[in-house]
Amino acid sequence: MEQLKSLGRELAMGSQGGSSKEFLDLVKSIGEARSKSEEDRIILRELETLRRRLSDPDIPRRKMKEYLLRLAYAEMLGHDASFGYIHAVKMAHDDNIMLKRTGYLTVALFLDDGHDLIILIVNTIQKDLRSDNYLVVCAALVAVCKLINEETIPAVLPQVVELLNHPKEAVRKKAVMALHRFHQKSPSSVSHLVSNFRKRLCDNDPGVMGATLCPLFDLISDDASSYKDLVVSLVSILKQVAEKRLPTTYDYHHMPAPFIQIKLLKILALLGSGDKQASNHMYAVLTEIFRKCESSSNIGNAILYECVCCVSSIYPNPKVLDAAIEATSKFLKSESHNLKYMGIDALGRLIRINPDIAEEHQLAVIDCLEDPDDTLKRKTFELLYKMTKSTNVEVIVDRMIDYMINITDNHYKTEIASRCVELAEQFAPSNQWFIQIMNKVFEHAGDLVNPRVAHNLMRLIAEGFGEDDEGADTQLRSSAVASYLRILGEPKLPSLFLQVICWVLGEYGTADGRHSASYIIGKLCDVAEAHSSDDTVKAYAVSAIMKIFAFEFATGRKVEMLPECQTLIDEVLASHSTDLQQRAYEFQALLALSPQAIENVMPPDASCEDIEIDTCLPFLSNYINQAIENGARPYISESERLGTVNTITPASASHYQQDPAHSLRFEAYELPKPRAPPPSIQPSSTSSLPTISSDLVPVSEATYTTREEQYNPKVQTLADQISAEIGVRLKLEGVQKKWGQQTYSSPSAPSTSSSSTQKATNGMVTSDTIRQSSLDSRKQQIPEVSAEKQRLAASLFGKKAAERKTQGSTRRPAKESQHAVATSAPEPPEEKVVVPAVPPPDLLDLGEPSETATPTIDPFKQLEGLLGPAAGSDVASAPSPSVGAVKTPDLMSMFTETPSIVDSKSSDKGVVSSTIAKKGPNVKEALQKDATARQVGVTPSGNNPNLFKDLLG
Amino acid sequence: MIHFVILINRQGKVRLTKWYSTYSQKERSKVLKELSGMVLSRGPKLCNFIDWKGYKIVYRRYASLYFCMCIDKEDNELEVLEIIHHFVEILDRYFGSVCELDLIFNFHKAYYILDEVLIAGELQEPSKKTIARLIAAQDSLVETAKEQAGSISNIISQATK
Repeated sequence: MEQLKSLGRELAMGSQGGSSKEFLDLVKSIGEARSKSEEDRIILRELETLRRRLSDPDIPRRKMKEYLLRLAYAEMLGHDASFGYIHAVKMAHDDNIMLKRTGYLTVALFLDDGHDLIILIVNTIQKDLRSDNYLVVCAALVAVCKLINEETIPAVLPQVVELLNHPKEAVRKKAVMALHRFHQKSPSSVSHLVSNFRKRLCDNDPGVMGATLCPLFDLISDDASSYKDLVVSLVSILKQVAEKRLPTTYDYHHMPAPFIQIKLLKILALLGSGDKQASNHMYAVLTEIFRKCESSSNIGNAILYECVCCVSSIYPNPKVLDAAIEATSKFLKSESHNLKYMGIDALGRLIRINPDIAEEHQLAVIDCLEDPDDTLKRKTFELLYKMTKSTNVEVIVDRMIDYMINITDNHYKTEIASRCVELAEQFAPSNQWFIQIMNKVFEHAGDLVNPRVAHNLMRLIAEGFGEDDEGADTQLRSSAVASYLRILGEPKLPSLFLQVICWVLGEYGTADGRHSASYIIGKLCDVAEAHSSDDTVKAYAVSAIMKIFAFEFATGRKVEMLPECQTLIDEVLASHSTDLQQRAYEFQALLALSPQAIENVMPPDASCEDIEIDTCLPFLSNYINQAIENGARPYISESERLGTVNTITPASASHYQQDPAHSLRFEAYELPKPRAPPPSIQPSSTSSLPTISSDLVPVSEATYTTREEQYNPKVQTLADQISAEIGVRLKLEGVQKKWGQQTYSSPSAPSTSSSSTQKATNGMVTSDTIRQSSLDSRKQQIPEVSAEKQRLAASLFGKKAAERKTQGSTRRPAKESQHAVATSAPEPPEEKVVVPAVPPPDLLDLGEPSETATPTIDPFKQLEGLLGPAAGSDVASAPSPSVGAVKTPDLMSMFTETPSIVDSKSSDKGVVSSTIAKKGPNVKEALQKDATARQVGVTPSGNNPNLFKDLLG
Repeated sequence: MIHFVILINRQGKVRLTKWYSTYSQKERSKVLKELSGMVLSRGPKLCNFIDWKGYKIVYRRYASLYFCMCIDKEDNELEVLEIIHHFVEILDRYFGSVCELDLIFNFHKAYYILDEVLIAGELQEPSKKTIARLIAAQDSLVETAKEQAGSISNIISQATK
């Protein structure tokens, strides 16, 4: 060891040449450090020394270079050397190429693209990109890839594009890669350079051609359809590469340019997916590569794997598919864990085309599942997840849960928990099983699952599986209650699970009469007491207790107040949480009411009933009319105020506003776009007309933005706005900009929730029908399950191929539709049959629910006399009023024919956009939306019975 | 794409780090700690891949050194394994049967070589010969610059004496 060290030192002395003894000693002492803390001490001391040295105003440049390398060393070991960053930036500006390279190296190591110092290095980079010395240009391009951010791209972009034609191939290659990086950071910045990339594809140098495949891959994965013409040339490039037409220096372990082959295969996979014509060109070259590739070397296998990926992505062809299956089975039969892993992955891709492929390899798959290697195991679970169907769901989910219980990696635990939930929701053979699985998932990964899963579970228990079978629902509920009472004995339960338990116990704890009210209340008090620091659980518990009291009183029974319950209520009455306090006070108030009143306030088992809310708030219309008569301005919806009728969400809208203020811009200002006309119409001023039309002229808008800024601070509150005089139109604009979101949030609520309730009812309808039909499909499948449960292999893959085939014919569509939804990967055309069966998104149905005239229309009614048809477009751009415009005939009659057509079109858009835009802030609606989306998306099997009818006649 | 490259030795000491995606200094230390724990504890016959927070770590051991790269989920692991080997072969050619000590004392040169192999998280040049030529060109340029600087500083120092 000692010898080694001295050898190292000698060696270092020799090759380092210029480095001082100090640096060598530092590296050496780090090498000898016995613990991390000792290493940290040494580095901290070193940093102290460097800080002192660097504060010296004139340091010889050679010395500086060494200091920077020492700083880089400290930084690499995880210490902060930010005090020296500026010196690195300065050194990059040096004329001496040696120092410049050191400067660039350290700058690239120190800084990220978000660092403040980037702006200082841009000038240096610009200068160096123009240098005569290609090595300087190369160094600058390496720095460009690392340091240039979205803001500074325009500053160097023209120069980098110019370098695409540099005589040195190393420069061209790096310039291409820099553009690839730009595309990652800001796709729009290089979208106009597509022709340049196409040209570089024909570069004389294979290295440049290979590099060009990187940006092309990005562009094609964004939009494959515009690059279909490249298929033929890419295939011919691949063919030439595979035939060893490239210089032998590109060979790697006797394979011709494997890295280029892999990149090409990736691009072809994108181009050929679901495109029969494009795929036709590829079969020949793929067969050839399958034939030529030797599976003895690692790199050969890498190409084979990429070929399998490509085959599974493009339009299937039996011949290449067979070759891919053969390659996959070689992987699976291999001794190497790496190859097994790739084989499992490849199998997961191939079963998308033909689920029967997995059967042949069932034993290999089970071996991998039992393997001690965690990576392999996880990959296998991924495969199982892809091949889950109703016949094997129990085995697979049980396995997954067993595995989930034993891992500590939270990230993966979350993933596998959500997969369990998804599979259970999709394929559950029975309700009891579903609840059991959910209980296990919650018990072991409760803090990691998405809260919506809890809401879905509660909803499932509340709604049951079908309306006609009330008995099954009650049974489901009482089994849920029983299981929860048992689980409550466990010492540690996740908060989310406790919330579900409390809710179910409160709602159904006493429903079946098996448990007395005081027993349940006692349990709930225990929960609240045991989790006294968790306000949410406590709130659920208090509400649950309140419900039980209410149900008991409503049926005329007396419930005595348990002492622990009384203490709990007393404690909560004085809680710091206002929510808890309110629940406790409500509880007290409820106890004082008469049974009839209680029954009205809290009807039993009414959690699924719709609560009707008149979101139009008609009782306010008088007040509003009066205010408008007095000269107040009518309500303007939020999207209208932001000047963007279409789909800018509040978050991105505010981002858009901040942008110009905070970012540095290198490009010329773009021409202001004509905004959607602001809907500021004064009832008593005809002068508003000219302003509206002038808004379409870019110039006037510019002046009007500046005015907004001026008036910003003056107008602040809604009250001001309501009482505003006619003359303060501009002030109002200021409000919109700066304060818009806060001030208007309350008045904008009605319009939001009006659409949300529509949605909710809608979602309810669809989910019910789905549930209904999914129940049917489940019932059909249940008997098969018990028959196939003998061996694990048999249960995972189906017992025999013969048996499979009889079932397969009925089940395949279900499976394919699952993939069509579950995987974003493009599916072969025959699966497309299924797609239309998926119910259309709810958003499209929004127009249907009838709605009474809204008060928001009133202002427009009043305008009838003032504004001619020209104002039609103005109204049309307001989302919520125009909903009314479609519905109310009297308003329609106001307009001449042409504007009304515009109206109905844009109103649809308006509604859609407003619901999309509001998704973020409105939690309740978002939840609802998620829930419906899930039901629509995840239970496609529900539609299959109908599909079968169509198919089977 | 490759998000970062990390070289650690068997004792968990960091020999080289290169980050192609943005990580704060704090995140970097956390990543290093987690990674060395995961990679070093793995047995010899297991796969060279690890699932890690939605990414994948591909690692390969050469004597006492572990070369680790973090890649996206959809990347080809075997290919990345060979990219590591490609890098090692180039190091080997440059240093002449490379060992850990070469990298310790010449870590900046290892960085220069890495910059020629990978750029922006992608393999930049699949030809070893091209890379060797470029590195040689840089070295010779540095040599001449060094001489020039030496002579200039000599002149200056003599003049200022």
